[in-house]
Amino acid sequence: MSEKVNINFSVNGDQETREAVVGQTLLKFIRDELHLTGTKEGCEIGECGACIVLLNGKPVNSCMVLAVELDGQELVTIEGLAKNGELDRIQQAFIDHAAFQCGYCTPGMIISARALLDRKPSPTDEDINEALSGNLCRCGAYQEIREAIKASSKK
Amino acid sequence: MANSFIGKSLPRTDALAKVTGKAKYTGDFIARNMLVGKILRSPYAHAKVKNIDVTKAKALPGVEAVLTYRDVPQNVYATAGHPYSLDPKHRDVADKTILTAKARFVGDEIAAVVAVDETTAVRALKLIEVEYEIMEPVLSPEAALAEGAPLVHEERGSNIVSSAGYQIGDIDKVLQTADYIFDDEMETGIVQHCAMENHVSYAYVDDDGRVVIVTSTQIPHICRRIVGQALGIPWGKVRIIKPYVGGGFGSKQDVCLEPLNAVMTMAVGGRPVKLELSREENMIGTRTRHAVKIKIKTGVSKNGKLLGIKIDAVSNTGAYASHGHSIMMAGGAKFKYLYVFEAIKYSPCTVYTNLPVAGAMRAYGSPQIVFALESHLDNVARKLNIDPLELRWKNFNKEGYLDPITGNKILSCGIKECVQRGKEFLNWDEKKALFAKENEHEKNRCRGVGIACFSYGTGTYPAGLEVAGARIALNQDGSVQLLAGATEIGQGSDTVFTQMVAETIGIPANMVHMISTQDTDVSPYDPGSFASRQTYVTGMAIKKASLEIKDKILKVAQKMTDQPAAALDIKNANIVDRQSDMIIMPLSQVALQSFYDPHASSPITSDVSHNARVNAISFGVTFAEVEVDIKTGQVEVKEIINVHDSGKIINRQLAEGQVHGGVSMALGYALSEQMLFEEKTGRLLNNNFLDYKLPTILDTPDISVDFVETDEPTGPYGNKSLGEPPTISPAPAIRNAILDATGVAFNRIPIRPQYAFEEFKAAGLI
Repeated sequence: MSEKVNINFSVNGDQETREAVVGQTLLKFIRDELHLTGTKEGCEIGECGACIVLLNGKPVNSCMVLAVELDGQELVTIEGLAKNGELDRIQQAFIDHAAFQCGYCTPGMIISARALLDRKPSPTDEDINEALSGNLCRCGAYQEIREAIKASSKK
Repeated sequence: MANSFIGKSLPRTDALAKVTGKAKYTGDFIARNMLVGKILRSPYAHAKVKNIDVTKAKALPGVEAVLTYRDVPQNVYATAGHPYSLDPKHRDVADKTILTAKARFVGDEIAAVVAVDETTAVRALKLIEVEYEIMEPVLSPEAALAEGAPLVHEERGSNIVSSAGYQIGDIDKVLQTADYIFDDEMETGIVQHCAMENHVSYAYVDDDGRVVIVTSTQIPHICRRIVGQALGIPWGKVRIIKPYVGGGFGSKQDVCLEPLNAVMTMAVGGRPVKLELSREENMIGTRTRHAVKIKIKTGVSKNGKLLGIKIDAVSNTGAYASHGHSIMMAGGAKFKYLYVFEAIKYSPCTVYTNLPVAGAMRAYGSPQIVFALESHLDNVARKLNIDPLELRWKNFNKEGYLDPITGNKILSCGIKECVQRGKEFLNWDEKKALFAKENEHEKNRCRGVGIACFSYGTGTYPAGLEVAGARIALNQDGSVQLLAGATEIGQGSDTVFTQMVAETIGIPANMVHMISTQDTDVSPYDPGSFASRQTYVTGMAIKKASLEIKDKILKVAQKMTDQPAAALDIKNANIVDRQSDMIIMPLSQVALQSFYDPHASSPITSDVSHNARVNAISFGVTFAEVEVDIKTGQVEVKEIINVHDSGKIINRQLAEGQVHGGVSMALGYALSEQMLFEEKTGRLLNNNFLDYKLPTILDTPDISVDFVETDEPTGPYGNKSLGEPPTISPAPAIRNAILDATGVAFNRIPIRPQYAFEEFKAAGLI
């Protein structure tokens, strides 16, 4: 059987201790073990951005990180953005600007956007394009996504 | 009466679920002890299975079942997502079995494993020993049509799937009388839908012995029928559930996984089995868009009138027919509403090859045919030395045109207004003159403008049966449940359906509870999401169901108020006096009465099926401005606008989203996307998003949108198709803009930098 190790981490603000299978990706761990299915799988090799989460505040493709690497780290997924029933500003902006259709890339998009705004509260179009260049959207909502991020920036 | 909800940009009904990550897609359902299914795919494009030994795979701990063609039903079935036809001649091409003893493309399904987890399943696949007899593959339509070519399906006796075309008028005579004859040969590439959610399903057998399949599909009711046919079991023994779908674009208007998933669960005593494709498998093992080679000939008069057109189109449908036969018919049928021709001859030929299966993809044959037509027209305009816009303007069709073949009639036509608005937006005349002057001297970065138009249908009538169901139930509080068999796959249908019900009954949108999940046990019959049909066909069913339930509510109100129903109305969830709008009582009071009246209790519902024996023709245009870097072959789209006549727009914000998405997809079609195959083996070379170039946010400029809102009399709210049309005309508009910029007439897409560079070199520009 596969080897397992204990890992301690925080997920969306809560401290957790879990067993993680050695070799399992963080993406599988988040979905199959933590049952946080908002994080999506689109390619499993870091090309599409559907699985992006915040690891210590930085956006990472969770399919490119091993679950065991979560030990001692701080994880935020799409489920952790709304606080006390109130949406994050960027989530509301995505609704207001209809910045998605099928919604499958949306969690990754929103997390990437959050990371950008944390780093750069007033991003330019170029900043937005660069920060989201690793997030694919086949419904083609890129324009609305740019608008939503601009609307959430500090004026 | 002013509309309260139609034409308003209401937020999506699924918005909150989607931004919070709570929306559940097929892969998000995690059953206890769920098993994992995996498919063994052929490494050869054309080969017979001589021997297959699964002993070692079966012996691996954790493996629950190993299946080959010997272990599963071998009923030959058709996968295409069309309604069934009572006429055997009109049924789809049945050429597929669950697992096969003959591989017809690299990726064909030879065997399958069910195991406790993915790692074990993948290990087991490697332990299956297959001895193949390798056969010569046919990897192009030319090879497939050659004398004595190996047959992809021996039992069909030919590699031609279908060659049914049509003729209107006497083409030879018309071409003889024309002042000029123009010829072109055009070609489009193979691309893929690339929905961000791969094809995925999971299946189990329920307590009553029925097969339940939760699946990412556009067509739950059709899927049930096809699973029944493939397994040879009564259709009612199958239940299909469609949760949120992460994009379809036509790929999921087909049955790719479900029959195999069904036999997988049946092989393990009905335990739940998940079958989820990887991105690489999704690229080869689902569907693609047909590559088509098109010969086009037009006869034109001295003053620029189009007289006759002759199109020969050879379409590469890959290893199984899927939608191939009907796509070429549809592509050839829908362009003829755009221009007036005295004669048309359309001769398609759809052929099998040993490549992955081509199927339905957004706009179903029109992107290919319209690319050829609209590129050709620019070549003609250039030769006649007239403005390409002028050439089109002289020949546009208009209201009243009756299609002699389908009986469909143009009842609303805004194409001229669309072109007028796009022309003004882009400053066509000024830019055309300016760039022409500029390009006399500029040899490195040339600018140009291009135009392309399209016409399209709404739904499939009369080729297909267009029936849709809607069921509405009044709740005790005056709100309603809305059940439709039509599927939300991202395009926003749930939201516009909600607007329709709110508008027609007279209640706030938040009192319409749209049931987003389709379940064949519960949802009314509707074939599903394709052909831009739902807002039009299902929309009419919903309008009728709303009118019916409103009528029933007012009849109960009549008994309660002693006022005739005709004098009453419903506004903002109140029963009001029709004349004065004075509130008489809340709707909830009528609802309560209908549930709990001791004598006359009869909760109010409506249940409507609508058979749409009409088809509305939509129109539109793309204007594009490009800057071409001659030395690198790089094309930059500086400005692009789509102007659509889709009739009345139900939700402007969502409609703009459809246009942005369609144009985005077409940018890839025009400039970057192409599935590339190894010439000798038929192996896909770019089965991932690094090598297959989907447009990213960096590649997607701001896309402008406008609507000419004609009022279509056959639409439930004056509306016509919108989901697919935006993706039809951008590619030829960009191609024509490149022609304007450089003088080089490209005859195939995608126009990738390497291809562009080679053509510029050949033309002496470099």
